[in-house]
Amino acid sequence: MTLLEVEGLTVHYGVIQALKGISFRVEQGEIFTILGSNGAGKTTTLKALSGLVPKSGGRVFFEGRDITTAPSHTLPALGLVHVPEGRRIFAGLTVADNLLLGAYHRRDKAGIKEDLESVYELFPRLAERRKQDAGSLSGGEQQMLAMGRGLLSRPRLLLLDEPSMGLAPVLVEEIFRFIQEINRRGTTILLVEQNAHLALEIAHKACVLETGRVALSGAAREVAADGRIQEIYLGAG
Amino acid sequence: MVKPRLTGLIKIILLLCIYGVVRLLESRGLLLPYHVQVLSLCCINVILVVSLNLINGFTGQFSIGHAGFLAIGAYLSAFLTVKMHVPFLAAILCGGLLAGLAGLAVGLPALRLRGDYLAIATLGFGEIIRVIILNMEAVGGAKGFSGIPKYTTFGIAYLTAIITVVVIRNFVHSDYGRACLAVREDEIAAESLGVNSTYFKVLAFALGAFFAGTAGALFSHYLQYMAPTPSQIGFVKSIDILIMLVLGGLGSLTGSVIAAVVLTIIPELLRGFAEYRMIIYPILLIVVMLYLPAGLMAGRELSLDSLARLCKGVKSSAHYS
Repeated sequence: MTLLEVEGLTVHYGVIQALKGISFRVEQGEIFTILGSNGAGKTTTLKALSGLVPKSGGRVFFEGRDITTAPSHTLPALGLVHVPEGRRIFAGLTVADNLLLGAYHRRDKAGIKEDLESVYELFPRLAERRKQDAGSLSGGEQQMLAMGRGLLSRPRLLLLDEPSMGLAPVLVEEIFRFIQEINRRGTTILLVEQNAHLALEIAHKACVLETGRVALSGAAREVAADGRIQEIYLGAG
Repeated sequence: MVKPRLTGLIKIILLLCIYGVVRLLESRGLLLPYHVQVLSLCCINVILVVSLNLINGFTGQFSIGHAGFLAIGAYLSAFLTVKMHVPFLAAILCGGLLAGLAGLAVGLPALRLRGDYLAIATLGFGEIIRVIILNMEAVGGAKGFSGIPKYTTFGIAYLTAIITVVVIRNFVHSDYGRACLAVREDEIAAESLGVNSTYFKVLAFALGAFFAGTAGALFSHYLQYMAPTPSQIGFVKSIDILIMLVLGGLGSLTGSVIAAVVLTIIPELLRGFAEYRMIIYPILLIVVMLYLPAGLMAGRELSLDSLARLCKGVKSSAHYS
């Protein structure tokens, strides 16, 4: 079943066209990754989907519903949750308050409590630091918090923007294991990554953006094997 | 951990005690009417600073036009009691409501602005209100509005200040308050979690403006004379309130209360030093900001719990030494 369908999405920043009509579909239950070099339009794609930047054309359907013009703050209640680039945790609030803000749109107290416990079970380090200010966490812990906060919205589709940004290699692998675990527990994931090798390892499907256009798309394994991706993006190594 | 019911009771008793002590000292002649006047002004300033804290401290919107809301409440309530013979309490409420509406009106367009730009816009708003009042003959225009009855007693000012602190404290600790904090910390993250940031910014503005309006009503019936000067209802007044807020610590209600009381009393104490007053006061501010850059309370709160912990900590450390 198609969860997210994007048709001819375009975005302009002033006169510059950042997305030149991209289309793709994300199926229920999969990890879909968007790759591309700097400035290819990966982050812009996620921001446009979650309404953080205005779309200048194209249409977006989520579970068959047209969400092209839906304001960003209405999307979490529908099940589409964006974990933005750079983590953007609430540094002055405690870990627990950060997580509870993820459940902001929800009213089911029992469900929130249950999800809070499961996030603490998934990320034990957050449980240890639940009363600490989020600003005092390390980079890796902050990324876990940002993802945990997203999970408390009970998303059907989680948009993850560069979860590996600025983290040590060993932590990056840990974060990717968490992404796989979140997916295994039933959340569909749309992942934007610079670290293409790792992203292609865990993703089911992938598309590669090049200056605002889809240059390549298909099953992750095929994309990884395609000679063109080496040229477009990965370089010779 | 002290039980919530018990702390509530202790707080009510403490607040009643403060009131009782003031009235007792007043009846014994130990507090002169002038002293009680200063205490009333303390209460009015507490309302102004706490309400500005909701906007600047908890929601993170840098507003420097708070005196505009004060002016609306001050003049409307005075007009109502002097010209329309409306009861004082109703006049306070009307002053607050019109100021709250002004908060909504200024909030909707201005809150598309951020940081410095918002500060300039709110400054402009405050001056617009002042100039409008300056040109309204019905409220005295440039001559000022005189003959306002002295309705503001210490009791009324004290009660209004308590109500303000309690309402804003409860707001800040509610889901609404947490949403405001999220907007302050990171607007984009807040939006991406489903918080309508515009709504909460406007809500904070309207609520803060409402209480500033009630403070204005108390202010005009305290001074008995309103002049449309910058220092009474213009930007100088706004800056005074802002100084108290920053000195107490953004995001701390107890800090706001302490700073409002202390900074109201200090200039009065310094009256004996005549012209040196205007040198000593700023030096004090500079010293506090140098050594406590995040304000007296630095975003923390003083509560019975923290006091209890502090006492225990002192005891246990005394035990070890």
